[in-house]
Amino acid sequence: MPTSVIAVKAFTTRSQRSAPGSDQQPTPAHGRTSRVEATARGRRVRWAAGLALAAPLLLGGCSFFPTYGASRGATTQGQDTFKLYSGMMTTGIVVGGLVFLLILYTVIRYRRRSDEMPSQFHENIPIEVLYTAIPVLIVAGLFVFTVLTENNVDATQPVNATVTSTGSPVVDIRVTAFQWGWRFDYPGLNVGVAGETTNGPNNHGPQMVLPVGQTVQITLVSNDVIHGFYVRDFDFQRMALPGVTNIFDLNVVRAGTYPGQCSEICGLYHSEMLFSVRSVSPAAFRLWARAQVAAGHTLQLGGSSASNNPPLETHVTPSNALAPPSTAKGTA
Amino acid sequence: MTTTIEPPDLISPEQPGGPDGRPPVEHHDEHEHHEGPTGILNWLTSTDHKVIGKSYMITSLVLFFIAGVMALVIRAQLANPNSSLVSFQTYNELFTMHGSLMLYLFAGPFAFGGLANYIVPLQVGAPDMAFPRLNALSYWLYLSGSLVMMSGFLVAGGAASYGWTAYAPLSNSINSPGAGADLWLMSLGLTGFSAIFTGVNLCATIFYLRAPGMTMFRVPIFSWNMLVTGILILIAFPVLFGAVVMLFCDRHFGTHIFTVQGGGVPVLWQHLFWFFGHPEVYILALPYFGIVTDIIPVFSRKPLFGYKGMVFATMAIAALSTGVWAHHMFTTGVVLLPFFSLLSYLIAVPTGIKFFNWIGTMWGGQLSFQTPMLFSVGFLFAFLMGGVTGVLLASPPVDFMTHSTYFVVAHFHQVLIGTTVFAGFAGFYFWYPKMYGRMLNEKLGKLHFWFLFIGFWVTFMPQYLVGLYGMPRRIASYSPDAGWTTLNVISTIGAFVLGASFLFFLVNLWVSWRTPVGAGDNPWDGQALEWFTASPPPHHNYTHLPPIRSERPTWDYNHPEHRKHHHPGAQPLPDKETVGAES
Repeated sequence: MPTSVIAVKAFTTRSQRSAPGSDQQPTPAHGRTSRVEATARGRRVRWAAGLALAAPLLLGGCSFFPTYGASRGATTQGQDTFKLYSGMMTTGIVVGGLVFLLILYTVIRYRRRSDEMPSQFHENIPIEVLYTAIPVLIVAGLFVFTVLTENNVDATQPVNATVTSTGSPVVDIRVTAFQWGWRFDYPGLNVGVAGETTNGPNNHGPQMVLPVGQTVQITLVSNDVIHGFYVRDFDFQRMALPGVTNIFDLNVVRAGTYPGQCSEICGLYHSEMLFSVRSVSPAAFRLWARAQVAAGHTLQLGGSSASNNPPLETHVTPSNALAPPSTAKGTA
Repeated sequence: MTTTIEPPDLISPEQPGGPDGRPPVEHHDEHEHHEGPTGILNWLTSTDHKVIGKSYMITSLVLFFIAGVMALVIRAQLANPNSSLVSFQTYNELFTMHGSLMLYLFAGPFAFGGLANYIVPLQVGAPDMAFPRLNALSYWLYLSGSLVMMSGFLVAGGAASYGWTAYAPLSNSINSPGAGADLWLMSLGLTGFSAIFTGVNLCATIFYLRAPGMTMFRVPIFSWNMLVTGILILIAFPVLFGAVVMLFCDRHFGTHIFTVQGGGVPVLWQHLFWFFGHPEVYILALPYFGIVTDIIPVFSRKPLFGYKGMVFATMAIAALSTGVWAHHMFTTGVVLLPFFSLLSYLIAVPTGIKFFNWIGTMWGGQLSFQTPMLFSVGFLFAFLMGGVTGVLLASPPVDFMTHSTYFVVAHFHQVLIGTTVFAGFAGFYFWYPKMYGRMLNEKLGKLHFWFLFIGFWVTFMPQYLVGLYGMPRRIASYSPDAGWTTLNVISTIGAFVLGASFLFFLVNLWVSWRTPVGAGDNPWDGQALEWFTASPPPHHNYTHLPPIRSERPTWDYNHPEHRKHHHPGAQPLPDKETVGAES
């Protein structure tokens, strides 16, 4: 791979909130534009990258952040995560590659050529101190980037907020996982969509529709066992835990359909517990919501549906009334 | 031979051996030293650490092969989308039992029950483990626990099917009503106690039964690592046992510890389990680090580079491993991410020290690549890959995108196969001549290695990619539209190559059994104490001991001309002539 070393690079992360009513364009999935583009009023975080990492960056036809097999992220949160992943992967390839070459060199260079007894040295304190200190610096650097990214990925709007601090609407979606399927309720829109596994080759599961460019707050609960809400193109997953209400925000930047799947073993039909996410323009989203209400796919209160979904009084109602209401928003 | 038990004062540097300084080498069949029974009755009643160690090794290897066959069935199922080779239920049972057998019944017991049981008393110059009868109890608990777990396949409803981590509430009586789940829990109770007893035994043996002259900083690294492993066992396994009892009470006695309905907290299981589970990872890894650390100096003809650094790195890994459990729970949303992330990152530092010490040991050496060394170098490459991807997983956002996907599956298989299989078989090839007094065939050993090595990479590298493409772990089938088929096919081919490599191993054992080639006491020019005694060692291990003035007394003894280069601060070693003069 053509590599060149750029010792110090600064790059910009997107804020986790989009501007109000901004026709946020899907971020180009490649090229340098993606790292300098920021929303008008978004919080800019400049990272003085590379001080500790000094990571060689793959250029020459590739982009600033090679994918290494991962999705570049269809949400702002996913894009942040992706950049972290890509940067860490580059660091890992460089550091791991150096150690790999060192081992390879050693086993070739010092293979036995004679019966001569080698020098019996057994320590070299300066070198030992050096190879203790350098890894400390590397992981300290990685940790800093991790925390910065994590703060962006985990940031959420206040519960029950209908608009962001900048006036952009917040769409609430309550996701209920159950054996074996998903239910997506939109309390603000009186829409409810559910789907169970059909256990067959034509199983695609229910679809969660959400608007591009707006903040979507997911309230994730489970009715029975632990499930995992996982969308590959969002570079994100979160467990649906019985007794715990997990809340996270998604800001989808690209229109499209993204497959999702339960990622936590949940019993017999775990592998059939599929769903998908379709992101559409805000106008199309409103039309879709109206059509759903007209079709009778409405919010179901009181757990009367086939998926015995829990009551929906508030955002933070745990899936079981007996459980103490514990709200988790990632890390405080 | 009548002197089966030596008075302690005879095992001393002042009584070293024959007139040439070399103790009289005695090749006796082990049974000649016993007054007790022989054959099957010997196996059933023995408290000899060597007999128990071999029993452990044979039992755990049999379970390893059973679990390996399960892995091949799993891989065969995944080679096609929408596969129906086995049913969903069978598939769930298979991956649960594959993981359980490998982790609870092979990887740990093979190291701390098998190799450590056999080698540690030899390395520290002890006649046996500190508590021989407790040691026998450990083995019988382990064997019965293993049989209890395997019997899950025979009961109605099949074996446990909730994954080796048994997350509540999937593992409660509503979601997993079968007796297989109870047998699984019972088995963990039995083997857990087995491990605790072995941990006690290892600590006591290394603390109290070291030969005269063997200070703690002359204990070979393998035994050092087993000491730290023993301590970790005492920290981790009681927690597992407590969690297992709680879950059993939830299942049968109406408690609601892990169920929301009664006010319990399902995620508590994950905390308890991983408080055991992450130290457990190092309980599995540290012994194998120790094996490699003992092998590389021998085949480099050098002392270990950075002995004390190695000891402190092991301690640091053990200490950190008790504070990183929640990195398995980043995606639960209910743990303090930065704390567990930082501690997880920090584990990379002592692990890195170990790597550089291994490289430093080889640096400037005269490396020869007999089978044990070949497997050790294979371990270095495999563990490097698993370690680097592990650093990525210490980052919560990266964990959000890769958790519970095949990326993680590939990561921990590379770590665990790197340690338990590459390093484990390195140790087996290394110490087999000591245990049986005969060599294993080099050609077959190398074939074993190369098939394993190639199969290993072909199996697991595609799994990283298919995980990044979004394939979750523990799924029994997937859609052809998902785009995962090709990578899964490659992985399955690799798995069968990997599996086939063990045929060479079995043939090697058969050849060694049918046409034995004598090994002598010290076929590798070994360094630690175990190479000083006969192969196989006599009952109670030593009739004489060399002076112990460094961590490689046998090597010092055989290479007196190089002693001065080593450990200049150590006490001067008596000349060879002086040593032998007394008898």
